[in-house]
Amino acid sequence: MHTKEKTSNVVIRFIIAVIVAAYVLFPFFLVVINSCKDTSSITANPIGFNGISLSQLGQNLLDVIYNTHFLFWQAFGYSVIITALSLVLLAVLGAMAAWVICRNHTKWSTVIYFTFIASMIIPFQVVMLPLISTFRDTGKFIGIPMLQSVPGIIFAYLGFGGAMTVFILNGFIKGIPMDLEEAAAIDGCSPEQTFFMIIFPLLKPVITTVTILNGMWIWNDYLLPSMMLGQNGAVKTLPVAVQAFVGSYVKQWNLILAAALLAIVPMIVLFLFAQKQIMEGMIEGAVKG
Amino acid sequence: MDGFSSQRKLISFVCLIGGAILAIAGLGMAIGKTGNPLRGAAIILGVVAFFVGLYLFPTLKHHRSIVNIIFLFPLLFAFAVTVIIPLVLGIGYSFTNWDGIRVRGFVGLDNYIRMFKQPSFLWSILITFLFVVFNIIFVNLIAFLLALLCTSRIKGLGFFRASYFLPNLIGGIVLGYIWQFIFSSVVTKFTTALFDSRYSMLSETKTAFVAIVIVYIWQYAGYIMLIYITGLNTIPGDVLEASAIDGADAMQTLFSIKIPMIAPTITICTFLTLTSAFKQFDVNLALTNGTGSVASFFGNYLTNGTEMLALNIYSTAVINNEYAFGEAKAVLFFIILAIVSIVQVRISNKKEVEL
Repeated sequence: MHTKEKTSNVVIRFIIAVIVAAYVLFPFFLVVINSCKDTSSITANPIGFNGISLSQLGQNLLDVIYNTHFLFWQAFGYSVIITALSLVLLAVLGAMAAWVICRNHTKWSTVIYFTFIASMIIPFQVVMLPLISTFRDTGKFIGIPMLQSVPGIIFAYLGFGGAMTVFILNGFIKGIPMDLEEAAAIDGCSPEQTFFMIIFPLLKPVITTVTILNGMWIWNDYLLPSMMLGQNGAVKTLPVAVQAFVGSYVKQWNLILAAALLAIVPMIVLFLFAQKQIMEGMIEGAVKG
Repeated sequence: MDGFSSQRKLISFVCLIGGAILAIAGLGMAIGKTGNPLRGAAIILGVVAFFVGLYLFPTLKHHRSIVNIIFLFPLLFAFAVTVIIPLVLGIGYSFTNWDGIRVRGFVGLDNYIRMFKQPSFLWSILITFLFVVFNIIFVNLIAFLLALLCTSRIKGLGFFRASYFLPNLIGGIVLGYIWQFIFSSVVTKFTTALFDSRYSMLSETKTAFVAIVIVYIWQYAGYIMLIYITGLNTIPGDVLEASAIDGADAMQTLFSIKIPMIAPTITICTFLTLTSAFKQFDVNLALTNGTGSVASFFGNYLTNGTEMLALNIYSTAVINNEYAFGEAKAVLFFIILAIVSIVQVRISNKKEVEL
């Protein structure tokens, strides 16, 4: 239908698109160039190329990586472990729960399902204060610390991510024909075999979606880890480490931006590889959520 | 006769009984405050063993129900401990003078009455609503325009879509600091040159508020754009063709066909921008930390000019150590959010029907 469109219109639209892209990407550009400067060059000219050097970038990065408030590798490692384990557990346990809720038409499964849906509107602020005290007390009670610990925070992500995960998976499982499961049962599959050997492999696309949605949220989350792990604890995730670092270095912009660069790069690298999946996952999550 | 080996029966009963004993022993050690470091491990191992026993339980009739319970339990348990119990406790605490560790007494509605007498909190509610309204309008408008741009015929569409979406990948804390740098070091260069004003946008309440809105649009519009693109792509091509044949120009097509046909998408996007703007915390914390002076608000001088609700709750509880008071504010926050979301969905659904 657009075949008769004027070339001038197309050119104008292209120019607008370029300008918007320049505006959107400008902050990233600033982070990169200013990570390559020392403080005085930034003060002199924060948007120019003068004062840039690779050795300065290396210097800044090293300063940040080995800073005692930041400890990049440690924070990065904890972020990876916490995110990865939470995602795997959410996918497996979420699929198990969603399957049971979806395939049982009892009063209980309906109650559980609607409790999950209703809970999605609960803001974190309402639960965070009692959550911390509950976790602290439980940790003391059972002698295994729940705060400032990796298992504790993964457990919390399981609780907070569960509702949305089940909701999205449930929508998908509904579309899988019951005949498939009945055939498996006739062939002698036990329910757990049916789930793990037949249903779970079919969930691959929707598990990709929930993993992306949960992953974006857990990787970037600040409030929950800052409350549970503390600013100065031994265990820190990347956003908490960035906050702790900036709090300790007032306005040393070359270092702050180098820290930001380190925090951004893993996400951008991932995006370059899985751009399509990430964008589709985010859309599907929104449309179904 | 029942087809279960005696070995399996034995394992099942041993696990069930052993697990129960172990878990109860662990609980006993915990309740008795013996300080035995093995009590946690005992409880966990006991529960796991109990479930293994339950799984191997020699029954065909109830096997499905047992599997259901085992499949549901882990997630439901985590959900109950992290969401339901804290929610119930939190609502309870909001009527007491809880200090984060213990409850000293019941104070009734005191916390709730007190927050409405606190000008800084009322101000937070006010600017949160302003922020939400600004965001719903601007994020949706800009995202929709970008979606139109990204569904038209231009070169490099894939690149433009990806780059508009890119800011959404980055956490609020990190991008808050990046933008703090931009506002305090880069924008001031321009304002110095143009208006001879060295002041950072972040140092004045009004402009700092605008700054937060700008950052938020920058972060969020690309994501909302993707959803609008999906919506626009679901409009059947023949409908657009028919309108072209009937002689509709671009504007008519937009207002009479595209917008009505993507009404459900508009509902989704409005809901998303509404709830996420309402809960905004990270950018607020990193960009301004809620600072900004207000000369007179009901005759009071305020220093939390850009502090939105989520941040206000955080600083009340965590910074000022007024846990019960902060919790009461959070409960109100929850109620407002629930009401606003329900009203928004209701209104949108009505509108969708009309369109």
